[in-house]
Amino acid sequence: MKAHLTRRYMFSASHRLHSDEMSPEENVATYGKCNNPYGHGHNYALEVTVSGPIDESTGMVCNLGDLDGFVEREILEHFDHQNLNTLAEFAQAVPTTENLCAAIYDILQRGFTRAHLEKVRMDETMMNSFEYAGGAEMRR
Amino acid sequence: MVYLTRKAEFSASHYYHNPEFTPEENRRIFGKCNNPNGHGHNYTLEVTVKGDVDSRSGFVVDLKQLKEILNREVLEAMDHRFLNKEVPEFVNRIPTTENLAIAIWQRLAPKLKAAQLHRVRVYETPDLFVDFYGEV
Repeated sequence: MKAHLTRRYMFSASHRLHSDEMSPEENVATYGKCNNPYGHGHNYALEVTVSGPIDESTGMVCNLGDLDGFVEREILEHFDHQNLNTLAEFAQAVPTTENLCAAIYDILQRGFTRAHLEKVRMDETMMNSFEYAGGAEMRR
Repeated sequence: MVYLTRKAEFSASHYYHNPEFTPEENRRIFGKCNNPNGHGHNYTLEVTVKGDVDSRSGFVVDLKQLKEILNREVLEAMDHRFLNKEVPEFVNRIPTTENLAIAIWQRLAPKLKAAQLHRVRVYETPDLFVDFYGEV
């Protein structure tokens, strides 16, 4: 039997949306308030969905302690209470939540081997959410 | 094809234990969930069915019937119960959220006639949920 397990985590970070490839006017036109040079912040909610056969001896897709430990160590410690623009992931890329989703997906895809990574979903605010499944079609 | 989701809530207690593991293994693997006296959750269940809209009724499924099936098959059996002791599926199977989603699927799938079961989602807490799509 195969199941999908989703775990939700919270972190807070600041960012500024600005592209060096655009003129100042274009940046303001594209990013609006998000282009404020001093940045601004969000409480991000991250949802990680993994899938796999259920281990009969534990009844689990993967041990939640393993997933929580990995996310705490590799994701929350890295992003929580940081300015995203200062991180290596965003040296070249604009720290939109689209790019943040993909960056987090890549960290999980490379390092978390206890279950198959299905997708990453992020709420930037209660009004905006983003999902990334590494280019694969998403299950509804 | 239209998808319809019905929500229900129930509260139950459980604990995680595999008699084939040593006490130390049980504690290491299941942590606090291994406490034999159990602990509880407010579960939220979301059942999604799919089907074509009936041209006479305009329904994918009669919600009243779906609610009755949910009440009879799931809530009456699981609400305010100790899952390990009182729900037959968990006498020999650990009542994890994964296994709970499967047990609920297996209870509902044969009872649904007009619409087809698409997904069973069980929230153990607002921060943890499992989806089961009937995949073997």
